[in-house]
Amino acid sequence: MTGALHRYLPLVILALLWEAATRLGIVSTLALPPLSQVLRAAYDLARSGDLLTNAAASLYRAGAGLALSIVIGGALGIAMAWWRPVNVVVGPLVELFYPVPKSALIPVTALWLGFGDGSKILLIFLGCMIPVTLGAFNGARSSDQALIWSARSMGASRLRVLWDVVVPSALPELLNGVRTALALSFVLLVSAELIVARSGLGYMIGFLGAGGTYDGMFAAVLTVAFLGFVADRIYQRLMNRVLQWRE
Amino acid sequence: MMRYSALRGQRAGVRRIVSGNSNIVIDKVSHLYRPSRGREVLALDDVSLEIRGQEFIALLGPSGCGKSTLLYLIGGFLATGKGSISVGGKPVAGPGPDRGIVFQHFALFPWKTVRANILYGLEKLGLPRAERERRAQSFIDLVGLRGFEDSYPSQLSGGMKQRAAIARTLAIDPAILLMDEPFGALDAQTRNLMQSELLAIWQRSPKTVIFVTHDVREAVYLADRVVVMSARPGRVKAIVDTKFDRSDSDIFKTKAFIDKIDEIWCLVRDEALKAQAREDESA
Repeated sequence: MTGALHRYLPLVILALLWEAATRLGIVSTLALPPLSQVLRAAYDLARSGDLLTNAAASLYRAGAGLALSIVIGGALGIAMAWWRPVNVVVGPLVELFYPVPKSALIPVTALWLGFGDGSKILLIFLGCMIPVTLGAFNGARSSDQALIWSARSMGASRLRVLWDVVVPSALPELLNGVRTALALSFVLLVSAELIVARSGLGYMIGFLGAGGTYDGMFAAVLTVAFLGFVADRIYQRLMNRVLQWRE
Repeated sequence: MMRYSALRGQRAGVRRIVSGNSNIVIDKVSHLYRPSRGREVLALDDVSLEIRGQEFIALLGPSGCGKSTLLYLIGGFLATGKGSISVGGKPVAGPGPDRGIVFQHFALFPWKTVRANILYGLEKLGLPRAERERRAQSFIDLVGLRGFEDSYPSQLSGGMKQRAAIARTLAIDPAILLMDEPFGALDAQTRNLMQSELLAIWQRSPKTVIFVTHDVREAVYLADRVVVMSARPGRVKAIVDTKFDRSDSDIFKTKAFIDKIDEIWCLVRDEALKAQAREDESA
């Protein structure tokens, strides 16, 4: 209990500073509405159902894009490490795509799939696939030869070794890649929704900001931050559980 | 001994992949090692060797003499370039459960518990579940790991890890046991204990053992015959009979044993010096 208190104490102090700075007029309430007012706006938005509908839309897009990137990116990375021809063909594409700022694809995916969910899912999938693929590739490539040989000598076929040895060997780095992808998915989500969307938390931020409802805008920003934080915490828990065999 | 007869009873249900004849014939084998960068290296040059069933052979030589390579070729992990290797009359065409292997760095699956590691090979043999569980437990007991069944390898000491790895390999009852410097990563005391334990296990359940080491004393103590290999390219320099009465606990103090170590040490020293000179040259 005291551990949690210590960990979140800086946040509490920050919240108090925020409230105090705006109440005492150190910071203009036009630039930063007081925290209490933001929380109140969040409460109102939640009661009206706006916050929930938009959050649900956002989470659906991020979740779907991320799930696709994990499945396809993970499989691709492991295939690249295991079959040389795959690496020869796909490797250069990944390298080429790696430094492209994924936000540059926002108009492209919108052009292809419109303003709805599809374009966001595609964007998040494309952007998040890179860290997952690289994690899976590096992890799989570092599989211990002795482990592969041990499995083979105990009667595992080559394909079986892929599943029994290479995939679990790749898991720690793969899961680290997924963590990067998780954070990236929020960045891409909000950016895309700010620019080309009619729902979602990013859309809310843009819409409320443009309309001058700054306390509401901050409420949406806080919601995004909170969701990102919770998602990462849950993910870390999950990861530690899956990787409990490590020292 | 009681425990052993229990093991024997269970073994009846397990089909031996190579029945009876497990002679290994290595005939004029050469092997070219191709690193991903740099020049090719002739690791083995025209190596011929016959190993009888249930014999304990030590492959001894300086590092880089290709003794591990020879082991991997017998295991079927590497493809033979020139020459041929056959086990029980059949040419080696890949790895198989008739040839179990134990590595220097244990090669336990780190994501599996001790029990799950040992069960892995038993699952591949297609044994019924109850039988697998029973066999796994009996081998855990055999190597003294009772109480650590549910530990992960990262939670074990080096000696315990190697015990688990040996149990995993013994559990599938291979006719041939390939050991690649299995005690090289252990401290001296643990190594001594493991050596006598290995001998005890081997005497209770005879197998052909091919044991790679660069420790002369270990080779003389464990093996029936010691194959001394030359520095790169690896060739068979000498084959020395080293059959001692290993039940004699004072064997280390006998003159015959000490003389044998001296004799083999002289053979190895020349090769070690050659290997070192070459390393100095290339450095």
